[in-house]
Amino acid sequence: MTGRLALRIRWLAAVAFGLGAVGHADVLPDDRTDVLYHRYDGGGLTVQGPSVLVRKKLGDSLSFSYQYYEDVISSASIDVLSTASAYKETRTQHNFGVDYLHGSTLYSAGFIYSGEPDYKSNTAFFNVSQSMFGDLTTVSFGFTRGWDRVGEVDKGVFQRWVGDADHRNWSVGLSQVLTRNLLLGLNFESDESNGYLQSPYRVVRFVDPFSATGYSFGPANAPNTRTGAAGSAQLKYYLPWHAALDGNYRLYSDTWGILANTVKVGYTQSLFAAWTLDASARYYWQRPANFYSDLYPFQDSQNFTSRDRELAQFHSLTLGVGASWEFHPPWPHWVNKGTLNFSYDHLRIDYQDFRDDLIAAPTAEDQPLYTLDANVMQFFISFWY
Amino acid sequence: MPNKHSRNIAPALPRAALLSGLALLGMLLGGCSPIQPWVKPYEREHLADPIMSFDRNPISDGYLDHVFEVREGARGATGSVGGGCGCN
Repeated sequence: MTGRLALRIRWLAAVAFGLGAVGHADVLPDDRTDVLYHRYDGGGLTVQGPSVLVRKKLGDSLSFSYQYYEDVISSASIDVLSTASAYKETRTQHNFGVDYLHGSTLYSAGFIYSGEPDYKSNTAFFNVSQSMFGDLTTVSFGFTRGWDRVGEVDKGVFQRWVGDADHRNWSVGLSQVLTRNLLLGLNFESDESNGYLQSPYRVVRFVDPFSATGYSFGPANAPNTRTGAAGSAQLKYYLPWHAALDGNYRLYSDTWGILANTVKVGYTQSLFAAWTLDASARYYWQRPANFYSDLYPFQDSQNFTSRDRELAQFHSLTLGVGASWEFHPPWPHWVNKGTLNFSYDHLRIDYQDFRDDLIAAPTAEDQPLYTLDANVMQFFISFWY
Repeated sequence: MPNKHSRNIAPALPRAALLSGLALLGMLLGGCSPIQPWVKPYEREHLADPIMSFDRNPISDGYLDHVFEVREGARGATGSVGGGCGCN
């Protein structure tokens, strides 16, 4: 097989894009345009491209949004090099959204299309938010439905569709003003996926005494249902020297056996009225899927198998910094303000049961555990009007 | 046959239920009078500052969520929504 290896994870969340987990129900989103360039570089993979988000109100009750997003992918990652060859491809995504404000209730709905040669995804979402208690509390409920089609490409030529996947996601959220300086956000989501939930390119590794390396690769077989739940809590506190401190914790669990904890802390400092500086640290740890293994004792040794490192046990640390400069352009007159923004994040993942099979060793167990270092950069300009 | 622990716990359960019921009743009756905002509108200057927004840069936050979601087993409860896949 000279095709590619690509993990296909369909990701769902129920809160309308741009609204955020903690929104204010009694106002429409700001009219703004963002133009972003993003670049991810790490583990032999480069993903870069532009994104544009446009929001515009129509009257006092309606707001429309559109976002274009593009990934230009050049991959020679460990998954690709183990059993296939490097590849390039492009993914594009279009998000359409509408918000309708009625009294203290905000209704949001939208549609998202994502396409690439071997993966098509359609998502519809609906969200309703209600503010109450003198606007100190906002509750929200959301539902998201997704339909995916998974295919196979070899040497840049489409081969066939291998399966479909359906997704449903429900969410509830709460934002609460606790004091004049402290905000609380709570979010809970449950999602359910059915169908083809694996990558057609991914393989598993098993002990093979007849192979020179002592192991061989074979097809993977993931379950075709998955149900998960995630709950998160976040706090944001205003500091008297025009700064803010925030903390976020998330717990995730699913029927594949994955249990994950995410902790994030951030600090924002406003300087000289025009500058805003950000720093953040994020720690993530997960327990593996119960059918995952880096090396099975023999081929087809169990019903469900996977060597996707996203399902392995690992922990990761991400450190990030960012800067934003606000300006007020003299022209055009309908632009109120703009910001120039740059951010850099360094991501390191230490896998605890995924070994680097590109390194020759007497046996598979002697190969070192794989680590990933990646740099994530964003440059974007925003306008409010 | 109940053991020692269940004998000790059993009488406590109706008491806990009664207290919970009273607390719930109190909350429901409290709903008859409007709740007064304990942070007045003129006290929300700090909360209205852009640095206190949970989603100050939605396009950037959505992108970073995507970076994590395609590399991790966990997903959701981040406040972003998206479609498509993550590629490695």
